[in-house]
Amino acid sequence: MGSITFVEHDGTEHAVDIEDGKTLMQTAVDNNVPGIDADCGGDCACGTCHVIVADKWFSITGGAATEDEKQMLALTPENADTSRLSCQIETSAAMDGMVVHLPEFQM
Amino acid sequence: MTIVNSLVNSVVDTVVAKASTVVPIDRQIQGVHLFLKAKRRVFKGKPIPEFTETSLPDVSTLAIEDIDLSNPFLYRQNRWQSYYKRLRDECPVHYQENSPFGPFWSIMRYKDIQFVDKHHDLFSAEPIITLGDRPEGLAVQMFIAMDPPKHDVQRQAVQPVVAPKNLQEMEGLIRRRTAEVLDNLPVNEPFDWVQLVSTELTARMLATLLDFPYEQRRDLVYWSDIAAASPETTGGPVDRDETFRVAAEAAKQFSLLWRKKEAQKAAGEAMGYDLISLMLANKDIENMIDQPMDFLGNLVLLIVGGNDTTRNSMSGGVHALNQFPEEFIKLQNNPDLIPNMVSEIIRWQTPLAYMRRVAKQDVELNGQTIKKGDKVIMWYASGNRDERAIEQPDQFIIDRKKARNHLSFGFGIHRCMGNRLAELQLRILWEELLKRFDKIETLGEPKYVQSNFVRGYSELMVQLTAKT
Repeated sequence: MGSITFVEHDGTEHAVDIEDGKTLMQTAVDNNVPGIDADCGGDCACGTCHVIVADKWFSITGGAATEDEKQMLALTPENADTSRLSCQIETSAAMDGMVVHLPEFQM
Repeated sequence: MTIVNSLVNSVVDTVVAKASTVVPIDRQIQGVHLFLKAKRRVFKGKPIPEFTETSLPDVSTLAIEDIDLSNPFLYRQNRWQSYYKRLRDECPVHYQENSPFGPFWSIMRYKDIQFVDKHHDLFSAEPIITLGDRPEGLAVQMFIAMDPPKHDVQRQAVQPVVAPKNLQEMEGLIRRRTAEVLDNLPVNEPFDWVQLVSTELTARMLATLLDFPYEQRRDLVYWSDIAAASPETTGGPVDRDETFRVAAEAAKQFSLLWRKKEAQKAAGEAMGYDLISLMLANKDIENMIDQPMDFLGNLVLLIVGGNDTTRNSMSGGVHALNQFPEEFIKLQNNPDLIPNMVSEIIRWQTPLAYMRRVAKQDVELNGQTIKKGDKVIMWYASGNRDERAIEQPDQFIIDRKKARNHLSFGFGIHRCMGNRLAELQLRILWEELLKRFDKIETLGEPKYVQSNFVRGYSELMVQLTAKT
């Protein structure tokens, strides 16, 4: 089904297999990708599964963050133009090769 | 009478607003205090509730509508678990009509609490997040009790003080201070953990965050304790005169500190990463001192937010490990569990019992209709023991799976700003404790504070055994 690569703040890469329909957050947690806390368990309510999607992949994640998401993202100083909460992205085979960056800190 | 009262109240508000740029804040607060005392003598205004402790009944003997979680002795008398559980099981969205704090809804289950916390469009945090009102004449404003957009502006201005980047710089300092406190503790003799460890460490942290005179750090703790314990606000035991005295003193000291930093900024000196320097550096709130109730409110918010919470988790961890001694052995055998244990301590203790909201419109929740304008209490301390969301919730398990998924920090836009600092302080405390001591034994039962909001320890006697 292809894979998605998470890049830690220090550059360490983690390529993980896509499981169609699973959220990006759950995919990271199930594959022990460090740096995704997911304190609220995927309810778009804590902001600790923040990722920054590589520019060219942003539209395939659904593009803009939702209003709820934006409000949580506004709480982090590392908020960027292509920031998303990974619990709000459903993965699919179309994301094969996608790269997402992890912030230095989740908060 | 009502008209007279509202006239008087609007005079108070106007006095504070108009005088703000001319008269020092502490003098204004003293003035309002005297004015209200006189008013109370003449008009006999709304009485301030007084709480006298009596033995709480077994919850099974009560009619469901008579269960009142606002009782400030529920935690102290160790009845809270049974009271919460009955409501969680039988009436998870519960209406109490006749409490000393007025009518309110209780939200008891994890999922429902998460729903309310997330929906700031349906539930307002204004004007205050405690069950009762602020003391008359002290209508302080703080961003935890504001809705967007004002909330966002103020929170974003002060948030950097506890941002992870700033915390990295602080870790060494926190560790040195923790080590200093622990190295001076008595060994093999009883002492009060609350005073010598929990309170001292949080006082040091607060002084650092505020760049407050270090030798006066215990003042911050005292002010915070008084601010959180007004009878009409949380059912606490503090009298009105003391509240006003403390508000005036805190306002005076914080104003002095603000003016000093303002002068440093004007002189072009390099500014620190303390709270007031950050506020002065932000053009949206650099003149907050001209709005006394915003100024005082936000500083009080930061000291209360960083005081009761971390302090009582520092005590709660020791209490929990004594109640579940096999977990202490697990910890000694595997100190790598500390970060996970920190989350479990924060869940198990839940140092603040709830946050309050007010419905902005009629809302259907779990079969009940919450009417627009109704008070809604999210009982985090109940949600954190909800069997529907957490396995064996009354057990303290330091290697619990998904320990981070607790409610103690809240969810949504008001989520605890200092959560990473709290975790850091607790992690360092336990790392340093394990290096020094083989046993941390509690002696007898702890003593608890009187409050429906703070789940706190006033005394926890312990005895240490040094590492062999």
